[in-house]
Amino acid sequence: MATPNTPLWEVFIRSRNGLAHKHVGSLHAFDATMAVQAARDLYTRRGEGLSIWVVPSSAITASDPSDKGMMFEPAESKIYRHPTFYDVPDEVGHM
Amino acid sequence: MYTQALNTSDADDRHIEDAGRAAAFQARIDAEERIEPNDWMPAAYRKTLTRQISQHAHSEIVGMLPEGNWITRAPSLRRKAALLAKVQDECGHGLYLYAAAETLGASREELVDLMLAGKAKYSSIFNYPTLTWADIGVIGWLVDGAAIMNQIPLCRCSYGPYARAMIRVCKEESFHQRQGYEIMLTLARGSEEQKAMAQDALDRWWWPVLMMFGPPDQASQHSDTSTMWKIKRFSNDELRQKFVDATVPQAQYLGLTIPDPGMKQNADGHWEYSAIDWDEFKQVLAGNGPCNRDRLAARRKAHDDGAWVREAAQAYAEKRKHRQVAQAAE
Ligand SMILES: [Fe+2]
Ligand SMILES: [Fe+2]
Repeated sequence: MATPNTPLWEVFIRSRNGLAHKHVGSLHAFDATMAVQAARDLYTRRGEGLSIWVVPSSAITASDPSDKGMMFEPAESKIYRHPTFYDVPDEVGHM
Repeated sequence: MYTQALNTSDADDRHIEDAGRAAAFQARIDAEERIEPNDWMPAAYRKTLTRQISQHAHSEIVGMLPEGNWITRAPSLRRKAALLAKVQDECGHGLYLYAAAETLGASREELVDLMLAGKAKYSSIFNYPTLTWADIGVIGWLVDGAAIMNQIPLCRCSYGPYARAMIRVCKEESFHQRQGYEIMLTLARGSEEQKAMAQDALDRWWWPVLMMFGPPDQASQHSDTSTMWKIKRFSNDELRQKFVDATVPQAQYLGLTIPDPGMKQNADGHWEYSAIDWDEFKQVLAGNGPCNRDRLAARRKAHDDGAWVREAAQAYAEKRKHRQVAQAAE
């Protein structure tokens, strides 16, 4: 008999240094409680984090890679959005 | 580890693909871009990676068996805690890798079922027995050492999820090798019997460890596509040579002798080793190694014994879901 499929979860961990939760990988579990327990065993064996989020993989909506140009290229030409675009004389000091 | 270039790319599938997309894909690879799960990729790339990553995952899981054999008999609490942590890490490696393989479209359950049915390969090295405590030292030092040699270049593999899994794995591996070497050092500095035990373990594992890097370069026909796709960055023989060069001084420090009387250092400083018995390798891969049947039987038993747990967890999750739906309807 083929083994039945178990739902997939994406795991996010917030590390000690107060940064945002970061995606670390995925795992299988039948429910959210078991997913959190498995995430603790699988992704925090060496003090990697202080907080865990698990999200059903099926709940994630991703952008389409073929839309990459349309989505992200417009930002590339807008160099005036960066501080280095503007000239401030050295005498003014750090700004 | 343990990706052992067992069988490599499915180059034959390539001609059916759209030539334009394939060229754009290759251009991305050549530009060192990472390929991500939703990106277009040639069917043969997907197939090659699914097979390689799942074999690698199976190896991590089966690899727990030879070492698990000694957990209850470790000579001290310190050694026992370390071995337990190492074996648990290997389980984690297997799970990271199954997850990476799944991003290519296969399900973990289906991959595991293939392995249990004897239809998927895993590294030949785990079909050798762990007869003494010294074998645990040699496995950490050499088997994990060879694994690290193989896995470091995979951190730059063109497929993003595989490369990221490898970065995590490599971070964890270095403790494995160091704890193994420490066991060897303790034995090598111990009584005559302990020294003899360390030497005996090295004698039995040396050649199988060299085989972990896979067949010699002349014999592996398809590595060119894996190289072209930047799945593979060094040839089997290149990695094997790096490993030998790194290991010889470590063995000398232990005062142990590598069981290869013909071994000599050449003018470039590389250690030249004698011919490897590739018939033995083929036999082990074909299922005729010392422990092939045992390993599969142990995996099947663990899977079958865990069936009720999976069923119970699934039934409980479904019951709660129905209850939530019913409550919401009230
Ligand atoms: Fe591992
Ligand atoms: Fe390891």
